[in-house]
Amino acid sequence: MIAFERVCLAYGEKTVLRDMDLSVPAGAHIALTGPSGCGKTTVLALTAGLLRPTAGAVRVDARRIAYAFQEARLLPWRTAAENVNAVLGDSAATMDRARSWLEAVGLADAAELLPRELSGGMRQRVNLARALAYEGDLLLLDEPLKELDPDRRDSVLALLREHSAGRTLLLATHDPSEIDALAAVYVYRDGAFRQA
Amino acid sequence: MRRPGKMAKSLGALAFWLGVWALLAWIVDRELLLPRPVTVARRLAALVVTAPFWRVTAVSLGRILLGAVLGAAGGVLTAAGTSRYRFLDAVLSPLLSVIRSTPVASFILLVLIWVGRDILPCVIVFLMVLPVVWGNVSTGVAATDRQLLEMARVYRFGRWQTVRRVYAPSVGPYLLSACHTSLGLAWKAGVAAEVLTVPALSVGRQLFEAKLYMDTAGLFGWTAVVVLCSLVLEKLFTALIRRLGRRRMLGGTEI
Repeated sequence: MIAFERVCLAYGEKTVLRDMDLSVPAGAHIALTGPSGCGKTTVLALTAGLLRPTAGAVRVDARRIAYAFQEARLLPWRTAAENVNAVLGDSAATMDRARSWLEAVGLADAAELLPRELSGGMRQRVNLARALAYEGDLLLLDEPLKELDPDRRDSVLALLREHSAGRTLLLATHDPSEIDALAAVYVYRDGAFRQA
Repeated sequence: MRRPGKMAKSLGALAFWLGVWALLAWIVDRELLLPRPVTVARRLAALVVTAPFWRVTAVSLGRILLGAVLGAAGGVLTAAGTSRYRFLDAVLSPLLSVIRSTPVASFILLVLIWVGRDILPCVIVFLMVLPVVWGNVSTGVAATDRQLLEMARVYRFGRWQTVRRVYAPSVGPYLLSACHTSLGLAWKAGVAAEVLTVPALSVGRQLFEAKLYMDTAGLFGWTAVVVLCSLVLEKLFTALIRRLGRRRMLGGTEI
């Protein structure tokens, strides 16, 4: 499903990944964890095709990739519901589905608000709702619960667990609770991600 | 809607400058050099009740607006091309910079060699507006949030949907600002071209003839028409922007 073969990635003179191998079979749930700047987000961006490796090869066999970015990346001129609907085809017929996803992340009342009217945690939940609504067979989650209130985390975590079943999941996180709930672990150690 | 206080301030300023004008005309005391405001108002009133006045103004307005619309469309297309293809940018940038810094009078005289006087103002306006719109739209494209473009790629928006959902709202405020600047520029350059080339039906011809026959009140009257048309166009454009802004089609940004 996902295969990294001796992947290197450098930004100018700074090497972020060196000879990284990673194999994620279809349906597996993998968490990447390690200190800030070790390349977790880079692995997700390479998987999504947003970056090209400096050396080595990245192979991804996925029909649709859903990506909950670390920053919410919402269209600022569209409401929360319209942002979710944008990945569903942007038609009036799909708007109800978009709203039901917002309801699932506890944002039914915020559907008509613009991103600037939402808190950081609310924007992050719209970001998650958009990723789940897209129904990708590969789900990339980058620090998905980072800005969420403690009382909201459990319900969102349960939602993620429910909707990641049967899909391949790649999760970048610092948070042990996310790892326990969602995925097997790859830890950054001695300059590489290794299975814990 | 404009607040009453602001309206009173504008009217006060207008009354002040009319007073200054009347005082100067009274001091000069020669209608040929500086006509009194009341003389110009009478001349203008005499003009507006004639059918040729409206025909001349409409033809000039249409000609200039056509040039402005074509210039804006050309600017957007050029910016799209130069933002997408580096070689096109390398080829067109020097040319557009030359157009932008060439004096409008040089252009008028040069273009007169190649095109008829009736369409020359339209061509001049096109050439004045295009580089302004191109420059602003290119800046808008370059300033578009890369993270949103990545999001659009991941969720496979496609080229057209990416333009519609990401680029258009990002570039909208830059385009509007360019159009706002260009509107005044277009009107001034268009009338200047008409004055130098005197097409049959044009405000420029009326200005030229008023000067030729030393009809100073007429010259002031036609100048007032140019100023009024420019103000009305600007107000209409601002109203259009507010309407689009309310519908959040342009990133909700006002100019």
